[in-house]
Amino acid sequence: MNDNNARRVVSVIVVNEASVLSRITDLFSGRGYNITSLTVAPIPESKYSRLTIVTSGSVRVIEQITKQLHKLIPVLRVYEHADLVEKEMAMVKFPANENIADISTLCEVYNGKIVNVGENVIIVMVADEPKRVDNFLKIIKRYNPKEIVRSGAVALER
Amino acid sequence: MQINGAQMVIEALIAEGVDTVFGYPGGAIMNVYDEIYKQKDFKHILTRHEQAAVHAAEGYSKASGKVGVAMITSGPGFTNAVTGLADAYMDSIPLVVISGQVPMSLIGTDAFQEIDAVGISRSCTKHNYLVTCAADLPRVLKEAFHIAATGRPGPVHVDIPKDVTAEIAEFDYSVVLELETYKPHIKGNPRQIKKVMEAIANAKRPLFYLGGGIINANAAYEVRDLVQKTGIPAVETFMARGVLSYDDALLIGMLGMHGSYASNMAMSETDLVIGLGVRFDDRVTGKLTEFAKNASVIHVDIDPASISKLVNADYPIVGDVKNVVNEMLELTAGVESKKYKAWRETVQNFAKLHPLAYHEDTERLKPQWVVQRVGELLGDSANISTDVGQHQMWTGQFYPFTRPRQFISSGGLGTMGFGFPAAMGVKAATPEKISINFTGDGSILMNVQELMTAVGNKLPVINIILNNNYLGMVRQWQTLFYDKRHSQTDLSVQPDFVKLAEAFGGIGYRVKTKEEFDAALKDALEKNIVAFIEVVVHRMENVMPMVPAGGSLFNMMLLEKKGDK
Repeated sequence: MNDNNARRVVSVIVVNEASVLSRITDLFSGRGYNITSLTVAPIPESKYSRLTIVTSGSVRVIEQITKQLHKLIPVLRVYEHADLVEKEMAMVKFPANENIADISTLCEVYNGKIVNVGENVIIVMVADEPKRVDNFLKIIKRYNPKEIVRSGAVALER
Repeated sequence: MQINGAQMVIEALIAEGVDTVFGYPGGAIMNVYDEIYKQKDFKHILTRHEQAAVHAAEGYSKASGKVGVAMITSGPGFTNAVTGLADAYMDSIPLVVISGQVPMSLIGTDAFQEIDAVGISRSCTKHNYLVTCAADLPRVLKEAFHIAATGRPGPVHVDIPKDVTAEIAEFDYSVVLELETYKPHIKGNPRQIKKVMEAIANAKRPLFYLGGGIINANAAYEVRDLVQKTGIPAVETFMARGVLSYDDALLIGMLGMHGSYASNMAMSETDLVIGLGVRFDDRVTGKLTEFAKNASVIHVDIDPASISKLVNADYPIVGDVKNVVNEMLELTAGVESKKYKAWRETVQNFAKLHPLAYHEDTERLKPQWVVQRVGELLGDSANISTDVGQHQMWTGQFYPFTRPRQFISSGGLGTMGFGFPAAMGVKAATPEKISINFTGDGSILMNVQELMTAVGNKLPVINIILNNNYLGMVRQWQTLFYDKRHSQTDLSVQPDFVKLAEAFGGIGYRVKTKEEFDAALKDALEKNIVAFIEVVVHRMENVMPMVPAGGSLFNMMLLEKKGDK
């Protein structure tokens, strides 16, 4: 069953033009595919943007997703990654009265640090593999996080 | 040259060789209609509903092979046209549909007749554009025609705000298109084609599975050659009717839910499916796990996403079916027609066992007879459109089609109300042919206002209304699968179709016998005006054979033998 719903990362290079993101998300919702996360940003010095979509499905579904994406007119390329480096960022807000030293040490383990210290809250960031970010977020529960934001994954093929 | 956006639309249509535009004016598109008034290069046909404008453009496109063009205004004009866009999208019909939009300054303000048109059309077009400045128009319109007609064809929607149609900019239609992200794969992989021909040569019971893509690709005559040369029997989908002539000895018939027994059995027994321009639609395959389960599958299609979408292709070939079939024709040396003799006989025996048939009735005309009779009388000289329902299936089953682009019907979306406006488009494209629309008493009322368009523009479509006082196909399902609870399908209350046609300036007939029908058809052809021939047919006739939805192709409900009741 796991194979039928395996997590997949798909990167899509699209022309950076109006409504291109809706074309992609409409395709997913219209055909009943999942989006776990989606990130998008322009590719420097080009007219293209790169989307990284984390999705899940059977081999056939993933094949359909890549083909259907490719069928969209503004889509230049679709990569369905096999061997990739994947990173995700998360930011967490803690009450300032929590143990800052402990939190700071934890963040370092997950490629992060404290990025803002205010009167009432501190904000930290980590950047790591999505699974490790999951782990980090589990561990820091004991420090009463007030707010959590995740960026969604970005990936590059090795 | 420096011209305004509205003039650009006209110039682009002329440059694309458009001779007929179907449309309906309104506030946001008025600048363009003002330019239409001033020009003489193409004809504008005013329909009486935007949906009909798009269906007419579809009919025009299907009959002519050219890109159909429809023009509508913003808001309700556009939303009325959406069904047409969706219909064209499902059946891969190349259209350019141009809509007006509120001025740029009003977009997003819930202005009068404003709707997010590109947001709505996104999922039912091949591509769409909101044009934000006149300088973009030449490129956008050129791209629109190019994208509509190439690759897997489809509708392209261009939404133009009113101020953009007034804005002046440089118009140069010789712009070279740079579509880095759109390059349809036309040529099939030669090595794969070779492998396919080997697989055919090695097969014992191969079967051509011919689809509508062959007609889109203008490849019917190449396919006829290939079928002849190989001696392999063929089944057609509903959308492929006319690829082979009805009297081709190798044509088994139409397959699918209402396909012939022989076609469906052939598909169940074959060891090699040769799919050309098909998409394994659920109305064709029935239960997927049982579909052609003894067979390897060759699938040739221009759309990579169609391949292995539903049925795994052992031999996928992405390419234009005309190209690929031409290459296949070069490699038929190893294929021996006589090797399939036993297989052909098997198929012929299927056909003898349960031929496509119906039982005559002494009291009322049978709808199948009407279709057959028109086939006998008009045959090749008519182009045939249909609406959606039982009459549509009977037409697919019983009309003797002789050529591609003869049959125009809404296959994928199944749009009631398609037939009449589509038949007007067919007549506009091919005035030398008779234009017949087989329709039902339900469907015809869904675009009946087009009587006015047809009369006004002298498009003498003959609508043959097979009247059973039911929404027949739904009634059939209710009879068979809902224990005869005929919920909301009884159409006993009806207009006087004769008077209705006459009220618009057409001619109407109501016939109950074979003699009356022949006389009415003859008279309508002689008078050469828009006609309704209402044929009172048997109320409870079912379309048979039938594969119940989700059932296996080989498990058909068959026509009861006479006396079975």
